[in-house]
Amino acid sequence: MIERGHFRAPASPRDVSIAPETGHAVGMEHRLKIVVVEADEARAREIIDALREGGWADVTVIGNDSALTRTLNETDPDLVLIDLENPRRDSLENLSEVSGARQRPVAMFVDQSEPGLTAAAVNAGLSAYVVGGLSRERIRPILETAIARFRVMSKMQSELDAAKAALAERKTIDRAKGLLIQAKGLSEDEAYRLLRKTAMDQGKRVVEVAQALVTASELLR
Amino acid sequence: MKATRISLGFVPLVDSASLIIAHELEFAAQEGLELDLRKQPSWSALRDLLALGHLDAAHILSPLPIAMSLGLGGYQAAVDALMVLSVNGNVVGASSEMIAKMRAVGWSSDLSNPRAAAQALKAANDAPLTFGVPFPFSMHRELVEYWLRKTGISLDVRIVPPPMMAEALAAGEIDAFCVGEPWGSRAVDSEAGEIILPGSAIWSFAPEKVLAARRDWIEANPVETAALMRAVYAASQWLGKADNRLIATEILSRSDYLGLPADVIERAMTGHLLTQARSLGQSVEGFLIFHDSAATFPWRSQASWIGARIAERLKLDPAEARRVSRECFRTDLYRKILGPEGVDLPGASDKLEGALAHPTEVASARGEMILGPDRFFDGAVFDPFQK
Repeated sequence: MIERGHFRAPASPRDVSIAPETGHAVGMEHRLKIVVVEADEARAREIIDALREGGWADVTVIGNDSALTRTLNETDPDLVLIDLENPRRDSLENLSEVSGARQRPVAMFVDQSEPGLTAAAVNAGLSAYVVGGLSRERIRPILETAIARFRVMSKMQSELDAAKAALAERKTIDRAKGLLIQAKGLSEDEAYRLLRKTAMDQGKRVVEVAQALVTASELLR
Repeated sequence: MKATRISLGFVPLVDSASLIIAHELEFAAQEGLELDLRKQPSWSALRDLLALGHLDAAHILSPLPIAMSLGLGGYQAAVDALMVLSVNGNVVGASSEMIAKMRAVGWSSDLSNPRAAAQALKAANDAPLTFGVPFPFSMHRELVEYWLRKTGISLDVRIVPPPMMAEALAAGEIDAFCVGEPWGSRAVDSEAGEIILPGSAIWSFAPEKVLAARRDWIEANPVETAALMRAVYAASQWLGKADNRLIATEILSRSDYLGLPADVIERAMTGHLLTQARSLGQSVEGFLIFHDSAATFPWRSQASWIGARIAERLKLDPAEARRVSRECFRTDLYRKILGPEGVDLPGASDKLEGALAHPTEVASARGEMILGPDRFFDGAVFDPFQK
């Protein structure tokens, strides 16, 4: 049984490849926290070495112990590596779909050959399955696939956040328009045009002017 | 004629017997099929391989095709339940420490009293109760949540693969569990805990595992689908005879399948459970049903019940969840394929779940259908059409 522990290696000076479609900064992957679920010490060591060679330094190994779920919650990794044959994988299934618990990309090693499985899995956007066991040359593409998946998910999350922010901005602007309609007897269009003109004159965004007006009116109330 | 090869996934549990018997006793071969039985290490692995087309069909948790079709946990794949492989067969157990506390508040090992067991669990424990179940979408989880939801017990549900349930209990990771046999009995034998209830004490006719396949595979392979259903039906009929269960036990205990001693598997097969190590054991009526009481019929009302529970927990639109769930349970195919084989068919594809307290004769094509009790422990009746 391998002891649970944290293996930190100095970040490798070698850059990892950049994904051109996302335009992320070089070396972004190096900051990812990776958890490897592997009870066999020799195999775990092999994976750690390959990760270090690839420049991934923040790696935690968890043996096949029963406290996997708790350890994962404490570590909060960006990526989990696990063997397909490991029954513990079920514990990684997200229990609380509604409570916003974090989904993590899970990459898997597959020992026996399943033709086409990797491609199918990646197309389905679930996880990276990699055929052929744990050779070092294999680990790099697995991680890159899983990380690409992770980026797509992060992008969706940031798009969601952006949508929420846009909604909040629209509400602020609506409140400011309401204040102007009340105070100056303007129509809705006129109120918006006044906000926009003020913003242009001051070199600010409409929402900033609107926020200032809302804040000021709250102070005067 | 060359046999058509079908790859079939299963997880090592007693309730995978219909598929193993269909292969071993050549019910499949008689239908021109060669079953390639592939043992899977986890439900998530089985689910992914089925969804990705690397398994043609599978032995699967009854709520899982519904969850997959709803796009929950993983990714969306239209997967249908062709027939039910087993009804009941789970056990609920608790750690030795919890059992001692339950006894201290007056609980006796009464397998037929879920209310008393819940009260004892509540009195014995003031912290959230950590409960191990095999998968987020499983009858085990539904039964536990249904049983404890009105007791005020705060539940902390953990996912533990069945073969690790005993270990998790011994390590104190969980206080209690609900799992399919023989894994509950393994926990008893390792003296990590005791069995406190059979699943059937919570719902006396709970569809546990189903035979599932992707909808596009079913559409593309109608001949194979029909042959597979006939073979599995014949195996379930064979398993329905009590005399055959000991042979089935021997076959299941082989290393290709469960790889466990026959005496552990026998308990589920005969419905005679040892609730604690070195005890005499207790018999449970209807502990695990393969064939009797139209067990293989995939009632749409069962699908509705599962869909309603999932929708309630995950705050999904109940009408949409019901629609998707009902479409998954293929009573249409069951009728079309097994009806002409002389299999008796019920007059309706829905029933009021929980309405039968005793074996009851119901309207059917051949007039020979007797349904067993399907009561919920709290006496509730689930009407699949009620808004």
